[in-house]
Amino acid sequence: MEPVSTIEGRAIPFGRKNVDTDVIIPAHWLKTITREGLGRGAFESVRAEDGNIFDDPEFAGAPILIAGDNFGCGSSREHAAWALLDMGVKAVIAPSFSDIFSGNAFKNGILTVCLPQEQIDRLMEVAREQPVSIDLDTQTVTTPFQDRFTFEIDPFRKHCLSEGLDEVGLTLARDAAIANHEKSREANLPWLAKGVAA
Amino acid sequence: MANRPRTLYEKIWDAHVVETRDDGTSLVYIDRHLVHEVTSPQAFEALRMAGRKVRKPELTLAVPDHNLPTTARLDTSGNRLPIADPESAQQLAALERNAPEFSIRYIGATDAEQGIVHVVGPEQGFSLPGATIVCGDSHTAAHGGVGALAFGIGTSEVEHVLATQTLLLKRSKTLEVRVDGQLGPGVTSKDLILHIIGVLGTAGGTGYVIEYRGEVFEKMSVESRLTVCNMSIEAGARSGLIAPDDITFAYLKGRPMAPKGEDWDKAVAWWRSLATDEGAKFDKSIRIDAGDVEPTVTWGTSPEDVVSIGGVVPAPESFADTSKQDAVRKSLDYMGLVPGTPMRDVEVQNIFIGSCTNSRIEDMRAAAEVLRGRKVHPNIKWGIVVPGSGLVKAQAEAEGLDKIIIEAGLEWREPGCSACLAMNPDKVPAGERCASTSNRNFVGRQGPGARTHLVSPAMAAAAAVTGRLTDVRELTS
Ligand code: SF4
Repeated sequence: MEPVSTIEGRAIPFGRKNVDTDVIIPAHWLKTITREGLGRGAFESVRAEDGNIFDDPEFAGAPILIAGDNFGCGSSREHAAWALLDMGVKAVIAPSFSDIFSGNAFKNGILTVCLPQEQIDRLMEVAREQPVSIDLDTQTVTTPFQDRFTFEIDPFRKHCLSEGLDEVGLTLARDAAIANHEKSREANLPWLAKGVAA
Repeated sequence: MANRPRTLYEKIWDAHVVETRDDGTSLVYIDRHLVHEVTSPQAFEALRMAGRKVRKPELTLAVPDHNLPTTARLDTSGNRLPIADPESAQQLAALERNAPEFSIRYIGATDAEQGIVHVVGPEQGFSLPGATIVCGDSHTAAHGGVGALAFGIGTSEVEHVLATQTLLLKRSKTLEVRVDGQLGPGVTSKDLILHIIGVLGTAGGTGYVIEYRGEVFEKMSVESRLTVCNMSIEAGARSGLIAPDDITFAYLKGRPMAPKGEDWDKAVAWWRSLATDEGAKFDKSIRIDAGDVEPTVTWGTSPEDVVSIGGVVPAPESFADTSKQDAVRKSLDYMGLVPGTPMRDVEVQNIFIGSCTNSRIEDMRAAAEVLRGRKVHPNIKWGIVVPGSGLVKAQAEAEGLDKIIIEAGLEWREPGCSACLAMNPDKVPAGERCASTSNRNFVGRQGPGARTHLVSPAMAAAAAVTGRLTDVRELTS
């Protein structure tokens, strides 16, 4: 995964509350076999609305999305995170996120930033015309107008994001411990260790 | 500490912890991984992109089930028929490529052993007591029926297990669901689990692993135990399990992937030691009297929306919680039901007997028993019976069940997930009702606008005969 340090650029001032994963990527897009290409299906129902923000050329490829409360609720589909990535979104700022979504976002290297609603309101205003910047190291969101909002992040997640470590890579680094466990299984529970041949 | 009495769950957990981190999460070893065509392609893609291997290919078994059409798969000269939906065909083709590429045992779409992952695992003896089992499907808890700790995972976790054979997990709390007494005639394991979900609610098991205990489960066949554990997720629990016993061992012995010879003896000795110790503590316990369980149906769009077949469609005001009242109003609107209507008066147009909840041989027998010598009611426009695997299908045919089912007027299909999830051609039309033996009555689950009533196989067969939801006991006594 790409290490995350500063994410800077246009931020899509979406702002909607309770956006569920079916809105982020509708179910009929789930039959894919790759993570790529899902951006085309992202926010399909919103894009059907006239004058929607996602089809505004100003925000094409914007790396940040600003949303309302409880972003990513509903089904646990990881496709939601893949669709955002495919759109070019590297960070989502909202007052709160569903747990499953923020887990899926993290696993895919997307930074989720929680800020209180008044700060979100301010960012929504600024984002219409100006870029927004998120700095992971100092845990701050800034604008060209001297706004400076700090956010909390789990230290483990921060470490993984800033080093570009994915969970698989982290666990692979525990190879010796896993191999040890496997050795004792082979001795004590040999039938479980055997499994089936291809 | 070592001698503290432990529950079945704690014993399995302890035996699989590789290491525990400071934040309380543990790296847990996974013994068996089932893979199907829908949730695996991106996991394999990620491995390929990162140049990673599958750590223990012999612990994974792949079989397609979710998307496969349940109509004939071979033409009359034995050639494979193409899948019409291009995306389904593509997912199947991806699994057919990925399994050999990563040296994983693959049961193909036209193999005799093909079937729904959760039917195939126990049937092949791949799912074993005391094992940790995962699959990218939320009904993986089914394997708890053989005494395994089994749960559903997402695609990232599928990748994690393929690459490391482990998962990072937090220990769950334990919930004892104790059912004493005996189920009455015509009352099945499906009615029991629907009743239990009604008591617990869809969030009652959240954060817990359920152990089903008591006389009813001790006497239950493995098939029925699989049905019960399957729906644990509908009560919010990630996993549900039943202690392995002689019934389990007799079921597993001689199955193709089950341990053999000296391994078998060692395995049985270990399996016997797994039962919850006398004096072990559960974080929560509920008790249910089996005698209180009636043939049960759902009326709404959540699996907790249950009522006995003798009951009526509830009024929103009968619920204390105002947010539930709103949900009930929405549900009834979607379901096209009026409060106070007797469930027995609800007419159905579709019948689905199948899914990993109810597609084993016992379920086929129960349905055929009711259908024997009877005809499907003219109300029924579409009714299919979908065995859970090719082996179930062959067994049912050897017993002549297919003939009874076809003569009654239902279709006899090829194994797969079918109308459980509307990802393949088997769907219920908008606005129509289906008496279904599957596990989820969510909005749109069986097709956009489809109205699902969850029932047991015998009750689904009874509804087929009368054209409405029916107390099967009226047909059998
Ligand atoms: S039958 Fe339904 S619940 Fe079972 S594995 Fe298939 S889709 Fe999942």
